[in-house]
Amino acid sequence: MCGIVGLFLKDQSLAPELGNMLTDMLITMTDRGPDSAGIAIYGTDAPGMTKLTVQSATPEADFAGLAEDLGKALGVTITQSDNDTHTVLHLPSDQFEAARTALTDIRPSVRIMSRGDMLEIYKEVGLPKDVAARFNLSGMSGTHGIGHTRMATESAVTTMGAHPFNTGSDQCLVHNGSLSNHNSLRRKLRREGVVIQTENDTEVGAAYLTWKMMNGASLGEALQSSLDDLDGFFTFVVGTKDGFGVVRDPIACKPAVMAETDQYVAFGSEYRALVNLPGIEQARVWEPEPATVYFWSHNDSPTTHEKAA
Amino acid sequence: MQTYDLEANGLRGLNSALQAQSAATNQTSWEVVNPKGSHAIAVGLDAPIEVTVKGSTGYYCGGMNQQATVMVEGSVGPGVAENMMSGQVVVNGDASQYAGATGHGGLLVIKGNASSRCGISMKGINIVVHGNIGHMSAFMAQAGNLVVCGDAGDALGDSLYEARLFVRGSVKSLGADCIEKDMRPEHLEILKDLLDRAGCDAKPEEFKRYGSARQLYNFDVDNAAAY
Repeated sequence: MCGIVGLFLKDQSLAPELGNMLTDMLITMTDRGPDSAGIAIYGTDAPGMTKLTVQSATPEADFAGLAEDLGKALGVTITQSDNDTHTVLHLPSDQFEAARTALTDIRPSVRIMSRGDMLEIYKEVGLPKDVAARFNLSGMSGTHGIGHTRMATESAVTTMGAHPFNTGSDQCLVHNGSLSNHNSLRRKLRREGVVIQTENDTEVGAAYLTWKMMNGASLGEALQSSLDDLDGFFTFVVGTKDGFGVVRDPIACKPAVMAETDQYVAFGSEYRALVNLPGIEQARVWEPEPATVYFWSHNDSPTTHEKAA
Repeated sequence: MQTYDLEANGLRGLNSALQAQSAATNQTSWEVVNPKGSHAIAVGLDAPIEVTVKGSTGYYCGGMNQQATVMVEGSVGPGVAENMMSGQVVVNGDASQYAGATGHGGLLVIKGNASSRCGISMKGINIVVHGNIGHMSAFMAQAGNLVVCGDAGDALGDSLYEARLFVRGSVKSLGADCIEKDMRPEHLEILKDLLDRAGCDAKPEEFKRYGSARQLYNFDVDNAAAY
């Protein structure tokens, strides 16, 4: 069991409230996942810049002078915004690969949580309310976000085993369920050169989507083929730069409820997670169909990654 | 009329108050406000009382019901009226998966749609869905009637025993050992009664009947080697 919440704003006047609403939804799902929690939030982007969100178990030591040291190594100006065990590094977009390589030398114990122009991922072990408090999630603003509360079944309770998982620039995945063919798929993907860091089943799901997209599939196509290639139970919610998507396996035993108003599209593992949203009494509330890919986007003309949906 | 604020007073207080009612109670009418998607609302009742839930619920609303009438003004989560023995559960909105699962008796009415596994392993309950139902509905259903005024999803009635399935719209696919059967006068009568009781104005003649081909669960000596 795990809990998923997601909120996609159509009415941008709600943007300053996004963190607040998502935090309330996340804490409501504590019963479904009390061992760790995480949130992916899509905030503002700066032209030509990308964000690298990194985590450390010893932030005092690792984050002191990190942007400066990394900037020196790459020969560019980098800034950092610390937030508890995470810090967001703001660097020129074309420096991401170089930064990833340099980080392994100058701060080997730092782990990359996400990369993207807008995306930041924060996740830790602990009760959702404690995780939300340490990152001050309720104070964050943005256009859309996804949260996850974890009750581990397939691998250890660790920061790296918590969701969301970053699948590519500005893309993330959360999962409720369990994949049963993750060991064979992990071996296959590693042979293909895909980096998979843990024994976690969802990380394999995320790596699978990344691999499909590296080979030319759109996100919609990758999700569609996951229905054939992933064995097990899943409700996936994926975040993209412009919006979010939902897909459930054909058996669809993992719960999912959606609500839509003029102001937002919301996802919850249970209706309980949605009850405090504005106008929920008048919202269109429904259960997403099995084996069907859904997408909502801020873009009137969808990007190639969303064309398939 | 007794009004119970679930948010203020908690679930355990509600269910113990409702379960404490006897056949002779004067408190026959209850209203539950602020359900907010909570689980296990009005479960295990055993008295002829009426409970109205003013909103939507989570898992297992009206489970194990006997005698009582539970009405939900919103939608319900998974397992509504699970293992109901008698009485009635009426849902104004939609129902999530396994509505009426393993029910032995009583009437479950869903005025919206029901999702997957509606009536799974039903054992005598009557279920009337005004809208559509999802895949694997009436899986291993043993007895009772499932009436669907809309469409049915994949694998309807898979591994069916003796339950009767009536569908007005399309059936995406039939499950193993489930077949279409003739609608005889006695079936039209059963259907008319259920539609009346469920407040549904569909005509019995518009439905098709599905049931078990009885190939899967009857012992057949020719198949002895396969058992």
